Amino acid sequence: MLTVSGLTKAFNRGSVNEVAALSGIDLTVETGEFVTVIGSNGAGKSSLLAAVAGNFPPDRGTIAIDGRDVTAWPAHRRAHLVGRVFQDPLKGTCAGLTIEENLALASRRGACRGFGPGVGSADRTRFRQLLAPLGLGLEDRLRDPVGLLSGGQRQALTLLMASLVPPRVLLLDEHTAALDPKTAGQILALTGDVVTAGRLTTLMVTHNMNQALRLGNRLIMMHQGRIILDLCGEEKAKLSVEDLLARFYALKGEELASDKMLLT
Amino acid sequence: MLSWYAFNGALEQGFVYGLTALGVYLTFRVLDFPDLTVDGSLPLGAAVSTVAITAGWPPALSILAAAAAGFCAGAVTGLLNTRLHILHLLASILTMIALYSVNIRIMGRPNLTLLGKPTVLDAITGLNLSYFGAPLFFGIIALVAGAALVWFLSTAFGQAMRAAGDNPTMITAQGVDTRTMIVLGVGLSNALVAAGGGLVAQNQGAADVNMGVGTIVAGLASVIIGETVLGKGGVLRGVAAALVGSVLYRLAIALALSFKLGSFALTPSDLKLVTALLVVAALVAPQLKTRMRRR
Ligand SMILES: Nc1ncnc2c1ncn2[C@@H]1O[C@H](COP(=O)(O)OP(=O)(O)OP(=O)(O)O)[C@@H](O)[C@H]1O
Ligand SMILES: [Mg+2]
Repeated sequence: MLTVSGLTKAFNRGSVNEVAALSGIDLTVETGEFVTVIGSNGAGKSSLLAAVAGNFPPDRGTIAIDGRDVTAWPAHRRAHLVGRVFQDPLKGTCAGLTIEENLALASRRGACRGFGPGVGSADRTRFRQLLAPLGLGLEDRLRDPVGLLSGGQRQALTLLMASLVPPRVLLLDEHTAALDPKTAGQILALTGDVVTAGRLTTLMVTHNMNQALRLGNRLIMMHQGRIILDLCGEEKAKLSVEDLLARFYALKGEELASDKMLLT
Repeated sequence: MLSWYAFNGALEQGFVYGLTALGVYLTFRVLDFPDLTVDGSLPLGAAVSTVAITAGWPPALSILAAAAAGFCAGAVTGLLNTRLHILHLLASILTMIALYSVNIRIMGRPNLTLLGKPTVLDAITGLNLSYFGAPLFFGIIALVAGAALVWFLSTAFGQAMRAAGDNPTMITAQGVDTRTMIVLGVGLSNALVAAGGGLVAQNQGAADVNMGVGTIVAGLASVIIGETVLGKGGVLRGVAAALVGSVLYRLAIALALSFKLGSFALTPSDLKLVTALLVVAALVAPQLKTRMRRR
């Protein structure tokens, strides 16, 4: 379970470039809940995920995972609780290390790393079994450097790595945005499988309204560092893209109107 | 051409400085941390080893002391960079400069001789290997150090260190503090370099505070020359390339020194220029290769 309360973050505080990325986010995600996150550019979606992962300390507010307050923990200390897949396929894997080495690194996420062999023969067998269902032929290329793989292959590998040690929270930030439509579809299907199989508590950011509606059992919309729409269950299932867009502009419009009132 | 004697000498130098090349490989290639501390940690190792032997320590133990001192020097650079947020290059230059004073303090003067004192080479003097002895001896040391480094980098911990150099974002998300890895990695690199410094001092019979000048360029030249010959990719290849490169570099230097054109001959003081040209050549070679292929 993920509990975010009163989360506030402004970048470049006190300078002319100050931006309020998060303005008091309250969000509770139950264990096993799959939340899709939408919102326009700069709404604060990536910032929310980065705050949960521990990339920066918030100005105010708290983050708790499974009831444990992790607000003051640096990213590497939270890693045993958090799995991540980034928008950039190059970010989630080490290009210079082999496929099996990358998987081995992920198999020790948040655990102690000693002086035993990095990859054992038992690991290899397990990795082959894990990779085979992807249907990408990676199981026969365990010793290839990851730098040789395509973006889609790397993203599939990253997704597998993020779930290798089941995380308490899985964070996916536009993880299909850099891929061609066909590959994006495959990665998305894989995402569904991985999340369902592990009953993972998941936050998935996307700009694709279709994806946001089709996947997951809850949808939140962000705007200017706030959550402005939060739908789950039946309500989300019945929603169409048109409804969603209409509500998006309605909500944004209200804000524009109030801004205008402030100005005049 | 190169005399047999000069060839042997180059081989010996190549292996003695092999540890330095391994250290430079670890920072530049594995950690992606350009570290100039080595110019100070090579004489540091030499100073510690020489002083320890003078104080009656066994020569082999003095090498371990040198390595420990080198580790501390590297860790200081790592801490300056990761905790005080000083740019890596600058952090390493600061440590290097500071080590100049430290090294004179350790020796009590700018240089110290080992004349008449025991050295690690005493182990082979009884074996009657004539002038093969030293290259063989140092060759074995370099190979053992190289093998140990390959082993280390293939352990779970070593893998995490490589990942920290390759992709800090990724390895942080896997629960590793990249700062710790940098401190330990740069420390280990300088431990290797300082151990090499101890060997150099014992081999030439003296430590000198200025003996480290250009260590980084020589080390880098070795790594790059080795990569040009053996190619890139993988730890085993990288380590082998550093050692092979170290020998090739010393051979190239010896060759340059034996070069005569009429009354013109290169002198030892020209070697820095030769090294710089060698590094440039080795850096340009792969570009030329691809350009040729494209034609
Ligand atoms: N490290 C940073 N330094 C300064 N400003 C930042 C930083 N990260 C984010 N911001 C700012 O915070 C705001 C929210 O950014 P964020 O990346 O969270 O948006 P987003 O919803 O993910 O947008 P997008 O859909 O474009 O990815 C933006 O105005 C952005 O410029
Ligand atoms: Mg974003």
